Amino acid sequence: MRLQQASRLAIYALLALAAEPDRQISAAEIATTYGASLNHLAKVMRDLGRAGLVESARGAGGGFRFSGNPKRTTLLDVIELFETLGGGTAGITRREVNTDAGLGLDVVLGEIDDIARSTLGSITIATMLKLIERQKRRRLPIIRPAGKPAAKSARTRKRT
Amino acid sequence: MPAVVALDIVVTGIAKADYWREMFERYGASRGGQRFFLITDDSPARGKAGILGLVIGEIRAWEFGSPPCGWVFDIAVAPDLRLEGLGTALLDAIADRFRKAGVTKMRTMVSRDNHVLLSFLRSQGMMAGPYIQLEKDLDEDS
Repeated sequence: MRLQQASRLAIYALLALAAEPDRQISAAEIATTYGASLNHLAKVMRDLGRAGLVESARGAGGGFRFSGNPKRTTLLDVIELFETLGGGTAGITRREVNTDAGLGLDVVLGEIDDIARSTLGSITIATMLKLIERQKRRRLPIIRPAGKPAAKSARTRKRT
Repeated sequence: MPAVVALDIVVTGIAKADYWREMFERYGASRGGQRFFLITDDSPARGKAGILGLVIGEIRAWEFGSPPCGWVFDIAVAPDLRLEGLGTALLDAIADRFRKAGVTKMRTMVSRDNHVLLSFLRSQGMMAGPYIQLEKDLDEDS
């Protein structure tokens, strides 16, 4: 499945802000990190502000702060501020759905839509932060005492 | 037992005493270290009495081609005690039993529409597994 850039930027921005609730982060910083135009990001932040998910901090170095509830805000809540997911028709036109084949395809694509909605609707910003932490831990380098050979990986062991 | 049935009625809205009697007989005494029926009891600190939460699970092997794995059949917490860590404690407790019994994977099945439970399980780090559940209406022609 594919999300529009606005949805992706909104999720990245909320994750960055929620991960560091005490720090104000500027739109420019987020735009630079994700290679987005500042204009586009500013528009996304305005929409997030209207939804009550971020608030802009005044003063020098004023940036944004997360103002939602990270345990209640799901990815679907954020995405639906910017686009309609599937909407039960998965892009199939009314004319197509009036044909037998169109109706059949609509059933199959609807099944995928339902799973996508359920997945995005059950993962909150707080859950995403935990998931990202787990991923980071998995990527940590293996630290071992100097002078000892590295342990063979499971795959290497199987081959020998 | 009646306390478990009462909690289930609050959580699911459906009374099923026979089902719970059978579950208790099958899972109550942790048969062979493979079946687990855990409860959280009275909590004087919270001013609550009775069964406040439960979790039921079993280690099953090779059904659906799956290597040994700990299945969580049910997890429930009294609605007025949610968001206090009881569900996390129950899931951690059964995960610990599974781990001690030698399995490295925990699995469950949850209704797509049960947003509360789904979000809770997601918050515990559970992700979509490699199996897809399929079903069919038997009163329809295939």
